[in-house]
Amino acid sequence: MNVERITEKLNILADAAKYDVSCASSGSKRKNENKGLGNASNGICHSYTEDGRCVSLLKILLTNHCIFDCAYCVSRKNNDIKRAAFTVQEVVDLTINFYRRNYIEGLFLSSGIFKNADYTMERLVRVAKKLRHEHNFNGYIHLKSIPGASDELMREAGLYADRLSVNLEMPTEAGLKLLAPDKNHQDMIDPMNFLKNEIIQRTEEKKLFKKAPMFAPAGQSTQVIIGATPENDQQILQSANYFYKNFNLKRVYYSGYVPVLKDKRLPALNTSVPMVRENRLYQADWLMRFYGFHVNEIVDNDQPLLDLDIDPKLGWAIRNMQVFPIDINKADLQMILRVPGIGLQSAQKIVSARKFAKLGWEQLKRIGVAINRARYFITCKNKEFERRDLTGQNIKQFILAESQSKYIKNTQTQLNLF
Amino acid sequence: MYTLVYDGTFEGLLTAIFEIYEHKLFHVKLIKGEWRAAALFEEVLQVITDENRANRVLKGLRKKLSSTGVQRLYIAHMAEMDNEESTLLGFIRYVFDNDQNVEEDYGNRYVMRISEIIKMVRREKHRMEAFVRFQKLKDETFYSAIEPDFNVLPLLIRHFKSRYADQKWIIYDIKRGYGLYYDLHDTQYISLDFSEVNKPDNVITAFSEDEGIYQHLWKNYFTNVNIVARKNTKLHLRHIPRRYWRHLTEKI
Repeated sequence: MNVERITEKLNILADAAKYDVSCASSGSKRKNENKGLGNASNGICHSYTEDGRCVSLLKILLTNHCIFDCAYCVSRKNNDIKRAAFTVQEVVDLTINFYRRNYIEGLFLSSGIFKNADYTMERLVRVAKKLRHEHNFNGYIHLKSIPGASDELMREAGLYADRLSVNLEMPTEAGLKLLAPDKNHQDMIDPMNFLKNEIIQRTEEKKLFKKAPMFAPAGQSTQVIIGATPENDQQILQSANYFYKNFNLKRVYYSGYVPVLKDKRLPALNTSVPMVRENRLYQADWLMRFYGFHVNEIVDNDQPLLDLDIDPKLGWAIRNMQVFPIDINKADLQMILRVPGIGLQSAQKIVSARKFAKLGWEQLKRIGVAINRARYFITCKNKEFERRDLTGQNIKQFILAESQSKYIKNTQTQLNLF
Repeated sequence: MYTLVYDGTFEGLLTAIFEIYEHKLFHVKLIKGEWRAAALFEEVLQVITDENRANRVLKGLRKKLSSTGVQRLYIAHMAEMDNEESTLLGFIRYVFDNDQNVEEDYGNRYVMRISEIIKMVRREKHRMEAFVRFQKLKDETFYSAIEPDFNVLPLLIRHFKSRYADQKWIIYDIKRGYGLYYDLHDTQYISLDFSEVNKPDNVITAFSEDEGIYQHLWKNYFTNVNIVARKNTKLHLRHIPRRYWRHLTEKI
């Protein structure tokens, strides 16, 4: 092995892949059979980069050669950077050797477009096939579907991969037109639709025949870049909601745009990464997927932007004060989930615990409820009620005065520099 | 007030419970440790671990708790946290004193404390599943050293055995001086003599030829996936506390 050359390739192709935010390695159910190598289901983050993001998969590009010229992408055709390409065998060796040392949960393989979609996709599929067949590898494999690849290749990819994803890149068609003139919105929708139907069909087969092969058991996901184009949060979340509902996506990832290129269509190079906004979008996404919120409850025509100061659940609560206070000892789970400061686990614990005895502040605190937020919205066993007829705005100020968000602090130091 | 001294094993704990109920001891303190050291105090009873008695208590617990409930109690004990015997004792008494299953009564302080302890142990178990870094030795065995806060090694068997079924591996808890060895068929507990191994010459020759290459590649990978514009040291440290760094290839 030429260590120097492979190191250089890895450096270039890891660097180029790092803006893809997808990191999940859970949700599959691949078992280690016949004394093979690895299994996939747990979703373990093996390390964390200095920016605090999780490292779960070996996330690399097969190549950063690309025939496209998308404005936001470091691998764009007209960008003057070093190019490299792995061979199929090199990716396989890296994956196996990293996996055996417990560095990673598996492989996330994406790619620039070599010649055309099929030529590229065929190579991605070959990596996965080799891992599964020649190495009896049962770790997690996430393949990026290349828009425009043939159905046959997509179908084969689904047989080897745990998850497939098609990047939407921009939240709206207009945004994509502006920044990726070579790409076509419909080219991204088509494979998503194909995968959705294929997953449904294969799941049905699996119910009838236990031996039927798995097809992308961890489903499909996508990502959108935030802050490169002028879409507001309402447009972004509506679009995410549309994809959850119509394409059974497991995840939509929101990637705050990191300015890496000079282009008059893009935010200037010194623009800071919209990290708070990205965080609020993830919180809103969670509310839609796990907390039973409808997208219109989080953002609407009157409130098209998420409040950057407070989380979207608190935002909803102070706009809907007529719903509160709720009695923690009586309200149903769905309602408890809507209380700021109460998460999924705490809500479930509350519902379990109150069967035995009525709960007061002490117990709620021990269960893990963030009392500093929740106390304005609930009543419990103790008689005193903390809200004292405050308006939503008062509550927001009280809470903000007590807590100092790490993001807000960050912004302040950044501003002080100027 | 009686002080019961037991040997720190789960069987020992259950035997102690048996004694407490048999002799109707109400005000008791339970500690683990050496009988000799504790014998300085008055009214100290030594618990002699007895499998039969332990099993009778276990059977009783199984009647009152779900199988997960029993498992959780076992894990809480595995934490080996100082001065938490009173929690274990309080929890078991609460279980036996009630007709219904109380394992989800999170308003009760013992149930809640057990739940907190389990959360801490589970978190570290999960961290070890993540942070174990194997190094390939000449004989193709993959070796890893860990120093967890809690005694989680036994909780790791299932995960690593089903994951690395086709390679021999050792995970060694340096802090507690014992390890786990998988020989392609079964796992067993082992202890190693490091007096020879630690000599610099032996350390270098012990690793396989490509070990250094993959460590180097992994370190490079780790550096290159970082996005400098998003640097967030606080978050980084919350995810990988410093105490784990000395065994993480990418942080050495």
